[in-house]
Amino acid sequence: MIANIGYGGLLVAFAVALYGIAAAIYGAVKKNERVAESARLAMQLTFPLVSVAVVALLVLLVSGRYEYAYVYNVTSSAMPLYLKITALWGGQDGSLLFWSWLLSAFTTAVTLRKWDRDREFLPWVVVVALVTLVFFLTLSLFVDNPFERFFISADGGEVLAMFQPAGTFAVLPPDGRGLNPLLRHPGMIIHPPMLYLGFVSFVIPFAFAIAALVTGRSDDRWIRITRRWSLTAWLFLSLGLLLGSRWAYDVLGWGGYWGWDPVELAAFMPWLSGTAFLHSVMIQEKRGLFKRWNMILIILTYLLVIFGTFLTRSGVVNSVHSFARSALGPLFFAFIALSALTAFALLVWRWEKLHAEGNMTSLLSRESFFLFNNLLFMGLLVICFSGVVYPIVAELVTGNKVTVGPRYYELATPPLFLGLLLLMGIAPLSAWGRSTVKTLGKAIWKPLAASLLVLAGVILLGVRSVMALTGLWLAAAVGFITLYDYGRAVLARARRSGESLPLAFWRLAGRNRRRYGGYIIHLGVVIMAIGIIGIESFQVETQRAISRGETLSLGAYSVRFDDVKSFDTNDNRNVVRAEMTVIKNGREVGQIYPRRDFFYDSQQPMTIPGMYSTLEEDVYVILADWQPLTADRATFKFYLNPLINWLWTGGLVFILGMLVAAWPAQEDEPAGEVKP
Amino acid sequence: MRPARAARAAGYVLAACLIVGLVFSAFGVPRAAAQSEQPSPTPVISDDQVNAIARDMYCPICDNIPLDVCPTAACAEWREQIRTKLAEGWDRKQIEEFFALRFSDRVLSLPPARGLNLLLYIGPALILLAGIAAVYFTVKKLLKKPSAGGQTAEPAREDEYIRRVEEELRRREREK
Amino acid sequence: MSLNPSTPASAEPTPPRAAPLPWWAVALAFLLLVGFLTILGLALRNPAVEVGDHVPPFILESYNGEQVNTADFQGKVMLINFWASWCDPCAQEAAELEAAWKALQPGGKVVFLGVAYLDTDREALNYLKQYGITYPNGPDNQTRISNIFRIRGVPETYLVDAQGRLAAVKIGPFASVDEIFQMIQPHLP
Repeated sequence: MIANIGYGGLLVAFAVALYGIAAAIYGAVKKNERVAESARLAMQLTFPLVSVAVVALLVLLVSGRYEYAYVYNVTSSAMPLYLKITALWGGQDGSLLFWSWLLSAFTTAVTLRKWDRDREFLPWVVVVALVTLVFFLTLSLFVDNPFERFFISADGGEVLAMFQPAGTFAVLPPDGRGLNPLLRHPGMIIHPPMLYLGFVSFVIPFAFAIAALVTGRSDDRWIRITRRWSLTAWLFLSLGLLLGSRWAYDVLGWGGYWGWDPVELAAFMPWLSGTAFLHSVMIQEKRGLFKRWNMILIILTYLLVIFGTFLTRSGVVNSVHSFARSALGPLFFAFIALSALTAFALLVWRWEKLHAEGNMTSLLSRESFFLFNNLLFMGLLVICFSGVVYPIVAELVTGNKVTVGPRYYELATPPLFLGLLLLMGIAPLSAWGRSTVKTLGKAIWKPLAASLLVLAGVILLGVRSVMALTGLWLAAAVGFITLYDYGRAVLARARRSGESLPLAFWRLAGRNRRRYGGYIIHLGVVIMAIGIIGIESFQVETQRAISRGETLSLGAYSVRFDDVKSFDTNDNRNVVRAEMTVIKNGREVGQIYPRRDFFYDSQQPMTIPGMYSTLEEDVYVILADWQPLTADRATFKFYLNPLINWLWTGGLVFILGMLVAAWPAQEDEPAGEVKP
Repeated sequence: MRPARAARAAGYVLAACLIVGLVFSAFGVPRAAAQSEQPSPTPVISDDQVNAIARDMYCPICDNIPLDVCPTAACAEWREQIRTKLAEGWDRKQIEEFFALRFSDRVLSLPPARGLNLLLYIGPALILLAGIAAVYFTVKKLLKKPSAGGQTAEPAREDEYIRRVEEELRRREREK
Repeated sequence: MSLNPSTPASAEPTPPRAAPLPWWAVALAFLLLVGFLTILGLALRNPAVEVGDHVPPFILESYNGEQVNTADFQGKVMLINFWASWCDPCAQEAAELEAAWKALQPGGKVVFLGVAYLDTDREALNYLKQYGITYPNGPDNQTRISNIFRIRGVPETYLVDAQGRLAAVKIGPFASVDEIFQMIQPHLP
């Protein structure tokens, strides 16, 4: 009954969305305001309707109705309540429904804005948003229906259906299989919603861009309206990526935080094009340049969002957390092809209209630095895209799979990342239109000199890798330049307004959030870069089987194997847990507990590292092997991960900066709205 | 500096940076060598020696988890095979080739640069070059374009802002 | 610090008209897009051999050093079993497969082939010895054979009929010798 209500809600939402598309097109073409308004109302209705389905599924999940295949696959009675709720996005069917739900929430939110002066955009925004929604609802309704139940046919076969087929009888499994243990980590519970929120909010700027193309408005109105949406999308996508890396570091047990896995890249690619977009729209806003390029970027971002969802859902590429091959593939393919070709045709149609309205006056200008920034981001995107797509091509042509692993990206991307770091230091100091070498030099030379001291210090510490030296020096330089520039501005403000320095410090950021939010984001990136350079260049590891009481040493640290215990827990796990003492320079500094969990209901093992974490480095130990017969001996893998905590700290600073930049401010929104 | 020449110079500089960067990245990033301080008593070939090779290999059973940390029985066997080969005096290259021949190229973290795989190495570089060319021509065109009505007479807001800050700073320095 | 409403974006009514987009650029971009979509589309096809399809011939280099060419088995029923020494369920059916082979070999109408999937030689040979397996077995070099069938795991068994078409598939281990007979019997020539 509950399932039928949920499914019914989806069906009605589907019909309403179809009506909305038809009404919007009719209303726009026939210039019929009332019909167009009904399309807006239809779009507003989708959120409550899809919510009915989500609530229904939640009720099934929480009440343990294991006759429903989805409930059976992702929950078990031993799971705590919050995991039963988050199991909503723990499997394929549920996460697709969740996607639709978020999208409907966002589209509904869009309908609530004041449309008075952008009336002509409305119908086309509705069309784009609802077509996307209809696609995802189609998947939930006809391919991966989360409300299907188990039935057994006369010949003993298992049948999945909404309603009992003739000649079958219902089955009621006593318990479910439980959520994939890898997905039970807090990071993994919040990570998918963050990514999906990021994905979904990029649909909105795309919808406005298409609306601008269709209506032929060549100004930057669509960019101004959707600026906050783009920032929100970017915030969530970044958060999702950060949480994903933290999860990988804590749970996957391979000593790293980023594996250049196709599924990670699926989220990273829209992030790259989205970041390029966020920078390059500013050129259009300030100088009227690169209108076509911005269109291309937002279209690309949207396509990458769909492509990313497709990659993780269709099983075209195999990956740690990708789901099995399914019927989704062809549908996604059709949708990507349709959107790509439509957007392409629209862009060609409006190409001439989108010509540049300004010109460039100097290479030493903000716009030209942003252009190089875009070039580097696109370079990264091309590399990632090639790495993801090449195995598919190779298998098609040669019949054999290949792996494009981290080594490929580690070979190709560092120069581009360093280039971005460099630009990050200079670009914010440059002026729109034209800067002079003199003003730039003046803003740079002191921090640059300070960064040379850092470089010398690092060399004295014994670092010889050219790449690491370049990276650390650039990071120091950019960090200093950014802080120095902010400091100068604070002084100037204090001088002019007579405010005290702390007040000036605070008010300055508040006055120009977009600019100084960007500064904070850049500082976050610098701190993260230091962490990444640390672990990428200086990570060391060792592995050996040791007996109780023996130690394993690496650098200044050693770990002593004290004990190991194997026990069953009441949530159906077998845990093998080692106790180890961390010793630094002969002093005992802490205890760690690397362990292996085996989940009986899903028959999956999980390796959880023991970690002793400091600002300088992490002691990261994995229980690599343990035979119950020789309980006195176990194999441990011991990593020393230098500076990894800088990565997480930098991530927090980064997010803080995004909040500053995206927070509704009084002075910039009205100004944007006043524009004719 | 004339705009066209400036643009060309910038193009060259960017290209040079990319090439230098690529060369650095090819030789510069040494994978931190595993170190084991006490030679382990029993095996001739230590786990670290095995892992040094295994970390750059993938066993198709654990997708995207490097061989050195994949917990399955199959991967354990593969690691033992690496150990055996190392004990027989094989080097890293020989072992990688052996595994690639036996289990196909997908076991390698980096597809060998031959045949179709060259596409993976040359393709992105070519696209990148095309991108640089596109930027170069765009900049050239935009710099040449006649100004749409007194360019310097339209300073954007932020320039104004920076100018004011600079002025403020100058005054401050004078007063000191 | 309010935004200057007359940023160049919307200020003047654009004097210089932009050059039209050259047709070759449109064509090139379109070709690239369609090319990529084609690759993606082709990749989505499932090229696995389905029941009723013709199975392309392949060569198995057996552990005894023979080159076993399946093209030589025209007119015979062929049972292809994928296994691995690291796979516990494979061991459950090893004795049954060998017993079935012992029973069917004299008839001369059936061929058994064992393919070791992602296995190392030493362990594979130990396994064959441990279960006394006598039909031809060999490694799946470069996973070419398993690629034909797109196997999902081991053990999996594929039956090819006398006409060279895929006749039946068994995912997972056989429970008994009878089950193996039941799979083969209907397809005997």
